[in-house]
Amino acid sequence: MSFLLTCPNCGVREVTDFGYGGEVSSRPTSRPTLRELGEYNYFRRNRAGVQREWWFHRSGCRAWFIAERDTRTNEVLLTELPVDSSGGGAA
Amino acid sequence: MSRLPNQPGELINRGKMIRFTFDGQPVEAYEGDTVGSALYAGGRRTFSRSFKYHRRRGLLCCAGQCPNCIVAVDGAPGARACTEPVREGMRVEHLNARPGLDLDVMRATDLVGTKFTPPGFYYKTFIRPRRLWPLYEKVLRHAAGLGVLRRQQPEREWRTEYRRRHADVLVVGGGTAGIGAARAAVAEGEDVVLVDEGPLPLEPIDGVEILARASALGYFDGIVPVWQGDTLHQVRARRHVFATGAIEQPLVFAGNDLPGVMLSGGAVRLAQLYAVSPGTRAVVATTSDRGLDAAAKLVEAGVQIAAVADLREQRTAAARQLAERGIEVLIGHAILEARGGKAVQAAVLGPIGVEGASVERTFDCDLVVVSGGFAPAMSLLLQAGARTRYDAERGCFVLDELPPNVTAVGDVAGEEAGAVAVPPPVAGAGHGKCFACLCEDVTAKDIKLSVEEGYDSIELSKRYTTVTMGPCQGRMCQLPAIRLMAKETGQSLEQVGTTTARPPWVSVPMGVLAGRPFEPAKRSSIHGRHRELGGNIKWAGDWRRPYDYGDPQAEALAVHRVAGLIDVSTLGKLLVRGPDAGEFLDRLYPNRFSDLKPGRIRYGVISSDAGRIVDDGTICRVDDDTFYVTTTSSGAGAVEEWFSWWLADWSMDVRLTDLTQALSAVNLAGPRAREILTELTDLDCSPDAFRYLDGRHAQVAGVPCLILRIGFVGEVGYEIHFAAACGEHVWDALMQAGRDRGIRPFGLEPQRILRLQKMHILVGQDTDSESTPFGAAMPWIVKLDKGGDFIGKWALEHYADAQPATRLVGFTLANGRVPTEGAVIMDARGAPAGQVTSSRFSPVLDRVIGMAWVPSQLARDGSRVTISDAGTTLTAEIQTRPFYDPDGEVLRS
Repeated sequence: MSFLLTCPNCGVREVTDFGYGGEVSSRPTSRPTLRELGEYNYFRRNRAGVQREWWFHRSGCRAWFIAERDTRTNEVLLTELPVDSSGGGAA
Repeated sequence: MSRLPNQPGELINRGKMIRFTFDGQPVEAYEGDTVGSALYAGGRRTFSRSFKYHRRRGLLCCAGQCPNCIVAVDGAPGARACTEPVREGMRVEHLNARPGLDLDVMRATDLVGTKFTPPGFYYKTFIRPRRLWPLYEKVLRHAAGLGVLRRQQPEREWRTEYRRRHADVLVVGGGTAGIGAARAAVAEGEDVVLVDEGPLPLEPIDGVEILARASALGYFDGIVPVWQGDTLHQVRARRHVFATGAIEQPLVFAGNDLPGVMLSGGAVRLAQLYAVSPGTRAVVATTSDRGLDAAAKLVEAGVQIAAVADLREQRTAAARQLAERGIEVLIGHAILEARGGKAVQAAVLGPIGVEGASVERTFDCDLVVVSGGFAPAMSLLLQAGARTRYDAERGCFVLDELPPNVTAVGDVAGEEAGAVAVPPPVAGAGHGKCFACLCEDVTAKDIKLSVEEGYDSIELSKRYTTVTMGPCQGRMCQLPAIRLMAKETGQSLEQVGTTTARPPWVSVPMGVLAGRPFEPAKRSSIHGRHRELGGNIKWAGDWRRPYDYGDPQAEALAVHRVAGLIDVSTLGKLLVRGPDAGEFLDRLYPNRFSDLKPGRIRYGVISSDAGRIVDDGTICRVDDDTFYVTTTSSGAGAVEEWFSWWLADWSMDVRLTDLTQALSAVNLAGPRAREILTELTDLDCSPDAFRYLDGRHAQVAGVPCLILRIGFVGEVGYEIHFAAACGEHVWDALMQAGRDRGIRPFGLEPQRILRLQKMHILVGQDTDSESTPFGAAMPWIVKLDKGGDFIGKWALEHYADAQPATRLVGFTLANGRVPTEGAVIMDARGAPAGQVTSSRFSPVLDRVIGMAWVPSQLARDGSRVTISDAGTTLTAEIQTRPFYDPDGEVLRS
């Protein structure tokens, strides 16, 4: 895997600069069943296509941000700080 | 050393001799020679022994493409003799033959062992009797592989620098087409990098960075790693031009691996570039004019041509020209067999489609020149996403579709004139083995067998026979394997298709990929003092830390009896500030922090949303809006990431500052710690004024500090945090103040004894990714009733109602032996049911103590468990409360 990501703070960097936080998912807001909890913790949509995901600029400004990436081509369509994107639920 | 007269394009400098050794014997060469050309000039024909059958193999391609001349150079296996330039004093050795290249006992696998070693033989013939498998395995492992890696570390070390290079255009291949593409790109104003693996330096081109004698290893989402000597360039380009050329293909016939069977390009290169005659009398077999051109060139170099077999039905102009020079050209003929012992002695030719001894003709010769057409070297293009189709006219797979921003030029794109070739017939008959794959010794019969056994797709057959998986990476064998597959399955070549192209495209030492050994060592600001004090410095994660100062038991006792000082600068330290700081921590920890009073400290365990223990540490509320959070040493980075992630998501009014590097910390602990500290500070340290779990700002030895009164090691203790720059000053002041009282520095090992006596867990040592606070005997840390959501709440609600299968408890041992950490706890039936996580001899308690995960029903005081440790069993008694000061009276005193 190798591509470029644009950190909203620092600019274009190699992907190896970053940590991957996984796809943006919704944390349950009320008590989930055990099955729902298991799905939230252990299952991912694993979409073949564009997905919203968390990235962390580990070797840079150490900020978390959101990227939209096509998982088939690794084309990154946009990156933004979560304040711009009204969150979405970490993990 | 026999050489031809001067050749017009020769690369050798006859005025300069180079001397090196091959298997200890001196070899003379000219400057400009390769190891292969020099040895061949000296009469050597056997260059290696094959992978499985240990058959003799000689020069085949003379272009670094095939596996036949792989040798070790100065101890490093994997070099191709045919392209390795000679250097004065270099030490070249053969691989894979014992006792020597010319007498190899493993040749027995070829002569008598073939029927025991069909594809997948290790699943078939060496499985009975089962009890002998360990012996078989030992023998097979010994026999497998090529070459031996050095055991001595200095000889194994490989220093490689990584270099990142961003460019507009990357051109791979420095032939005519590649250079043309580079020039064109420069003319457009583009930043160009050109990679060439040829032995000759290229003419510099203005504006082009040329990486010469370098190999492109693969294509990874736009990055092409290029290996050049001690550097691995990671080239990222917007656009890629592949000018990787085409690779001459061998023919499949009986004995096609004998030394003396050579590709036409290889024979011509030996003669023209190195003035070495490839043989005296040659038979040529070809599917295109390439072989005919080679025959003409060899005649000029003084080689007698016994006969030429042209597999095509039409007589071309080149064939007529050869015939006019008196050479017998057999049209529509194929080579059926090469015969010989140590090297080829004769070749059998026969008309295609006609069988029988009556039509076969045998020619004596010491050289068989073959040309099975050219296959475009498309691997990098395929890795980049190109697609292929089979071109029947050219007899090979060609590019069909290219991904965006990738172009192919030159031979790889099929631009070579006169490339038309007939697909060669695939042999199966004949006497002796017909090799499809030289690297892995896969014969035509092996591929037939794999189809019969059901491995009837090329990808399955590849995995089963390992065809195309050797050092040549399919250069020599992919097309023959596909043809054999088509023949055996009755499919077309298009239907059989190609195997997936994968990196690396060239053989590459692991050391090149590993890059420079890079271990960032973190040292605390007090590190110099630990060395002066004779600290036994070891790795602890990224940190270099003193494990002890010579006597861990005595250091632990000093903490109990007088006072000890330990450097805990490695702790993660986070400042959490803002109006929402308390609520933020309430959401991150299972217990509550918003109700913590300023100046007070509370222990916290971070849990994941799956309810598992992630990290632990203490949190001190400095003032209403400010919390000082410590984490484990190894978890510092991860906790900061974890906090900032949730902060990014929750958008709370909190600022997070990582002070781990900025602050140092020491823990002063022991019955006389209070009086030592009092000497250096104006702070009232009396037990009522500075209670257990109080945090205070004060000056210590003139340095502003945050002092946390906590008890990780079980005695009255002050964890003192201060600016890292003052590390040695504060350390020295405390050591000086305690000197007359008998203070001792203590290291990690005594600290582990001390904390184990208190059953204070080490996250990652006593817990793993499955551990919950309930299992780890800390149900009190989970405040499910505290109101509001927190990370891990839902999972912990579930676990609160469930009985964990195992629990973390303490144990003591009567007989004094310290069980290994990781030893197995057995249940009543003798099945594994848990494990020992920590174990030490406690000098103050004078017995062996430890912690272990044991079945819940055994997790009560006084029950006995059996520990199985390296073949012996020990009986331990469970204890659920701390071994030392169970009620914390010492701590609070």
